[in-house]
Amino acid sequence: MISLVMSITFTALAALVWGLLLGGISRMVTARIHGRIGPRLTQNFIDLWKLFRKKSSIHHGTMFWLAPMFRVAGAIGVLVLVPLVVGNTVIVNMSFSGDLLLVVYFMFFGCLGMALGAGDSGHPYAVIAVSRGLAQMSSYELSFSAVVLVLAAGLRTLSIEEIIMAQQDGILSWNLFRYPFATAAALITLLPMQMAYPFSIVLAPQEIPIGPPTEYSSRFLSFMFSGRAIFGVAKLVLFVNLFFGGASSWISLLFKTFLLYMFPIFVSTVFPRFRTEQSIRFLWFVPTSLAAIDLLRVMI
Amino acid sequence: MYCNKLPDKPDDRKKIWDKVDNMARANSLWVTAYGTGCGAIELRPLHTSRFDMERFGIAMRPTPRQADVLIISGYLAVKTLKRVIRVYEQIQDPKYILALGSCTINGGMYYDSYNTLNILDRYLPVDVYVNGCMPRPEAIIDGFSLLMSKIKAGKADGWKHYMENLEYYRENQKKVIHNWDLPDYNW
Repeated sequence: MISLVMSITFTALAALVWGLLLGGISRMVTARIHGRIGPRLTQNFIDLWKLFRKKSSIHHGTMFWLAPMFRVAGAIGVLVLVPLVVGNTVIVNMSFSGDLLLVVYFMFFGCLGMALGAGDSGHPYAVIAVSRGLAQMSSYELSFSAVVLVLAAGLRTLSIEEIIMAQQDGILSWNLFRYPFATAAALITLLPMQMAYPFSIVLAPQEIPIGPPTEYSSRFLSFMFSGRAIFGVAKLVLFVNLFFGGASSWISLLFKTFLLYMFPIFVSTVFPRFRTEQSIRFLWFVPTSLAAIDLLRVMI
Repeated sequence: MYCNKLPDKPDDRKKIWDKVDNMARANSLWVTAYGTGCGAIELRPLHTSRFDMERFGIAMRPTPRQADVLIISGYLAVKTLKRVIRVYEQIQDPKYILALGSCTINGGMYYDSYNTLNILDRYLPVDVYVNGCMPRPEAIIDGFSLLMSKIKAGKADGWKHYMENLEYYRENQKKVIHNWDLPDYNW
């Protein structure tokens, strides 16, 4: 029990540091694409410390307090259910106890908690953003479920460990090459999950000032930042496991998650934002149709 | 709907991590994206590749709850003062005010206007003044670096001054805002 707690604590802290570093790299890369110098690599750590040490003198109710905890709990929940490195017996966490369906369910846990907290804050922009976010979430959930169906039907399993083990016979056995359309669909759904443009209709700073966290300040915000960093890493690890052959070592895990993280950044910096209905229409039709092609191939 | 409690007086005890806190605060200044006057036009270039304020850790936040710095960008009309008070008091401590342009110092070219404030320091605690009409983006960056060095030295305590002398500031604010319908403190 103690070793499990220690293992989960270590994983969460490591994911926090890696998530914040990736965030720093993303800000630097975005700045370079804009032709700017950009912030320092450690800027996110400085921001997090400053927010944590700022005074929080306001709150708007119980759910307002709980939402950042939900966010962090949801992120850590996803992280511990996903296997990190193939064959590693030291940091196993709880990856044996849940399958892909549980992980997909857990991925929306933090978002729902956040929606309740934002609703409790009573700010009109937060409520608009929550309604946008839930609409968008239900649309990319559909495409992501289609992708999960492809994997389940093709590999005859829902266990993430078995999905990883099925990809261990060289690069061509990766699901990226076995199910290219489903992988493309999954990568498109990664964009709204990471709140990247053109699907950034939830935060949308120029339209609805920052959306759900409008009323969140100081420590609440620092928790939400941490949750977002951990959740980002958890999603990347899940995607690496599902489509890119899993990770055979820690270095391979860092390298693969790093490369995968660059994808939303490059898309994000060159696209403007969709309107809500455009985003939902796109997510319903394009990735779902892509996944359907592979589903048909698998079924036939 | 409102909380009528006044804020507590700031805690002045020195803590061992004050230095680390001040370093973090100085290197991560989040500015409320709110332009009060014509000077706001000079803030836009700071985002661009020519001046790039993000390299100093300065970023714009669209909500006062997440901001540290409020920029009074040029002349401040009485009508705007009411909104500025609300925004300033909603920012969580510690918070700083950067005042741009001659108008905030002595009224500038609007010194004899019927609805423009002449000396901003009587109504809100200013940490750094940047003079000029209008100050160029380089001058604003210079003002930011002065603010950063004040924060690092632990001397940017305008917010403490505001809390300790709230009655003085309120009295001055109420002198110019005749239809005062704000709560005792805008939490």
